Amino acid sequence: MLPRPAAPKWVDVLMLCAVAAVGYGVTHAATRWGQPIASGVQVDLSPWRLPVYAGLSTLRMAVAYVISLVFAVAYARAAAHNRMAERFLLPLLDILQSVPILSFMPGVVLGLAALFHGRTIGLELAAVVLIFTSQAWNLAFGFHQALLTIPRELGEASTVYRLGAWRRFLRLELPSGVIPLVANSMMSWAGGWFFLMASEQFTLGNDSYRLQGLGSYLAQAAETGNLGAMALGLLTLVVVIVLLDQLLWRPLLAWSDRFKLEQAGSGDAPQSAVLDALRGSDLVEWISRRVVQPVGRWLDERLSPPRVPLGTLPSMTEDPPPSRAWAVVRMVVLAALLGIVLWGALSALHVVVNLSPGEWGTVAIAAGATLVRTLVALALAVAWTVPVGVWIGLNPKWSRRAQPIVQVIASVPATALFPILLLALLALPGGLNIAAVALMLLGTQWYVLFNVIAGATAIPSDLKEAAITYRVSGWRRWKTLILPAIFPYLVTGMITATGGAWNASIVSEYVTFAGQKRSTVGLGALIAQAADQGHFAVLLAGTLVMAGIVILLNRLVWRRLYALAESRYRLD
Amino acid sequence: MATIVAPPPTAEPGTALLAARDVRKYYGDDQAPVLDRVNVDLAEGEFVALLGPSGSGKSTLLRILAGLMEPSEGEVLVHGQPWRGPNPQVAIVFQSFALFPWLTVLQNVELGLLATTLSEEERRARALKAIDLIGLDGFEEAFPKELSGGMKQRVGFARALVVQPEVLFLDEPFSALDVLTAEHLRAELQQLWQDRSLPTRAMLMVTHNIDEAVTLADRILVFGANPGHVRVELRGVPAEQRKGSGAAHTRLVETIYRIMTNPEEDPATFLEPPKRAPRRRAKRRYQAIPDVGLDDLSGFVQFLSGIGGRASLHELSRDLQMRHDDLLALVEAMDLLGFADVQERHVILTPLGQRFAEVELDEEKAIFRAAALEHVSLMRYVVGALEDAPSHTVQDTQVLEELEHAFSGEEARRQFETMVDWGRYAELFTYDTSAGELRLDEEHRPGAEAAEAE
Repeated sequence: MLPRPAAPKWVDVLMLCAVAAVGYGVTHAATRWGQPIASGVQVDLSPWRLPVYAGLSTLRMAVAYVISLVFAVAYARAAAHNRMAERFLLPLLDILQSVPILSFMPGVVLGLAALFHGRTIGLELAAVVLIFTSQAWNLAFGFHQALLTIPRELGEASTVYRLGAWRRFLRLELPSGVIPLVANSMMSWAGGWFFLMASEQFTLGNDSYRLQGLGSYLAQAAETGNLGAMALGLLTLVVVIVLLDQLLWRPLLAWSDRFKLEQAGSGDAPQSAVLDALRGSDLVEWISRRVVQPVGRWLDERLSPPRVPLGTLPSMTEDPPPSRAWAVVRMVVLAALLGIVLWGALSALHVVVNLSPGEWGTVAIAAGATLVRTLVALALAVAWTVPVGVWIGLNPKWSRRAQPIVQVIASVPATALFPILLLALLALPGGLNIAAVALMLLGTQWYVLFNVIAGATAIPSDLKEAAITYRVSGWRRWKTLILPAIFPYLVTGMITATGGAWNASIVSEYVTFAGQKRSTVGLGALIAQAADQGHFAVLLAGTLVMAGIVILLNRLVWRRLYALAESRYRLD
Repeated sequence: MATIVAPPPTAEPGTALLAARDVRKYYGDDQAPVLDRVNVDLAEGEFVALLGPSGSGKSTLLRILAGLMEPSEGEVLVHGQPWRGPNPQVAIVFQSFALFPWLTVLQNVELGLLATTLSEEERRARALKAIDLIGLDGFEEAFPKELSGGMKQRVGFARALVVQPEVLFLDEPFSALDVLTAEHLRAELQQLWQDRSLPTRAMLMVTHNIDEAVTLADRILVFGANPGHVRVELRGVPAEQRKGSGAAHTRLVETIYRIMTNPEEDPATFLEPPKRAPRRRAKRRYQAIPDVGLDDLSGFVQFLSGIGGRASLHELSRDLQMRHDDLLALVEAMDLLGFADVQERHVILTPLGQRFAEVELDEEKAIFRAAALEHVSLMRYVVGALEDAPSHTVQDTQVLEELEHAFSGEEARRQFETMVDWGRYAELFTYDTSAGELRLDEEHRPGAEAAEAE
């Protein structure tokens, strides 16, 4: 490795300022948490409030993200280490992923508000919970996958050298998971921004509550029809997202390259100027040596099993037999959990069974309408992203230029653009219908586009050359070369996209715009309306139906397509 | 070169350091076992090699002895006492090196000492000493991906030796390296072991390389497959005669070649001049099809025909630069199909094999088709089942299930894949992967040819 030049001192100064600023921001935010919840907190549309609001929103996202990360690592590890647990945990994760998040918000808000005696922190936590549910699942899936693909001999080496559970986690499992965790974290943050507006305003019956933040700023601007504020809010959001990308995710991505499992060095490692600057910084060096390493060593000592002298043969009887009491406690906890789940399922069934056939009919029609909308959105997304994505992917010159631009555009959460869409479309006949499809499209097309570009870039050049040599061109070129080659990528993109489209339906089919409530027929509208009016049975039925449809589609369509793609159209 | 002094002996004299007693291993209840009643002893000062074709369970045995796997039946003895769980007296050098890519060479070597009471300074000192012993000086701060294969395996050795294991396990340690590097490392290991510079009391090596086993081992256990079992135990060549290619060395290599090229015959036949007719082992339902690709088979037959239809195994392995077990698999396949005979460590092309080498592709396929139907019992079974089925199709799961009665899970799948490969080439049937369906190739209904072959 090349010796790194020492970073200029201003990097250290900048770092210190950043630490101070974050510290101030967090304490400042914390002072608000003790205040009582006021119905209808004022959101100030003055541009000078924007930095504070952006900071508050980012802090909420960060808290939710840290919780998501801890949850994901613990959950995935539990699933990977215990076959029995895996059998329950993975399907459960699948279900959690497909349950529409917003359905639970009224319950969560009420519960948390009551728990904290009507203090603002209850609402803050409700927002965090909502964001958490949009960030956690893919992280858990990603880490679980990484744990499963750890080479067998590395695991055996850890056992032979008696690393113990903690050292094994720290030295083998966590490092193997760094790359998928970073990649999924970026997706999780995008998912979190999508619910930015929804997480900062709650409606319970006739009361509506707001939290100060960028989301509520945008919502307020939309409601009052203040176009200038809308544009400013959007701009702030884009700036925040780009800053996070440059200052956090790019450096992390470049840093995570050392955790690649392949044994040979690879040519094109991701680069980050910020990371290079940090690496040379004295301050970072000092923190690493004086804070991170001692803490790590202390944890290592505390959490590892007691050491044994080298070369002794511990006798077998020294191993303490598994404690009977512990086993009993575990059984009791498991039984209790199972009991709660059964009780919950039974009472849900009880509520749902009491719905009249007419109400079930409404649910069915709504489900059909939303299904059609998601399919239309998906078809539109595929229709434009495949040609454009293939074109970008096959032209290296353009793909280098287009990628960063597309990434910035894609990073703007669709929900933030929604008010503008509504403004333009509501006047048209069936306007909300079109707007709903447009929102789904906005929220999901990027997944497809990115995957198509990746697929087209990955077509080996000898296949392209063969196509030219044998004069395979026009439609035949698409049929024999391009479509099969991008198929696995396309399927991956479409799976992510449909999940997003269903989630978007709740936000898009039932809206409050400029003081007016509007809705169209659909499952999302049904759920949002039921939540609004406290119609618990319909809310539950709608939620269950939506989760059911998503899971069924996954099992019956997407998994099969994915298996087909894996077995027949893989290029390696 | 530094030396690490071995700790004082802890085993009582006369007891094996490590032993396997009647070890069996199977996965499903109705699946054929991977290992069947295997007994192995490892005594102080011994270097034992486990030699055998792939699928003979030698790596599984190694993992059972290391306590990474539980035997289904039987037990592992450490110093004569039954032992369960990871064996703390054992260190392993892995085929794939198994280095942690995010740790430096020094950190990788120190890994084995983390669980000991040694102080941090002591750990570092010992790791540096092991790195020095194994010739890695100057690479302490390098990451594994910056090293060549040979250097990586040196790290593997240093990491294993630093814990001063009573027994060092070597799991095909040289097979991922190129020929020259492997040769070099092997010679260094031999030197260190003979000089008693290694802080370990016994070695157990899994390998498929006959030459390597004869060069290094005091005792060689030849394994047979399906299920894995010890076919024969051979005394190694005395240490002073191992270097170069002395007569004793060559003789033992050739004997083992003959034992391994005749998997169905009693190995005792090859140990003394054959006085009696070779006794065949009880026939299994299906003999194992060697894992051989058709291009390799055709190419090999043509090569042999080109050099006069006769060559010694030794020459072939040298000239074709092939791994020993791949060559053995090829020879076994030709023997099975009746394309060649193995006599006195020479491969001799039969007239049928000669014809196979000379004809055009269509006829080549016809010869192969007839031979496969005549000699490969599994092929006969599958084609028979296809003819009996009303639609002339059979699900792959059905064939796999049938195979799992005769072979362990992984081996059954491999047998199936080779069988499909051969059957497609012979145009006996087609196989639709996504539907999982075998279908009789109507154009080459084998009725007439099969009858002719009987």
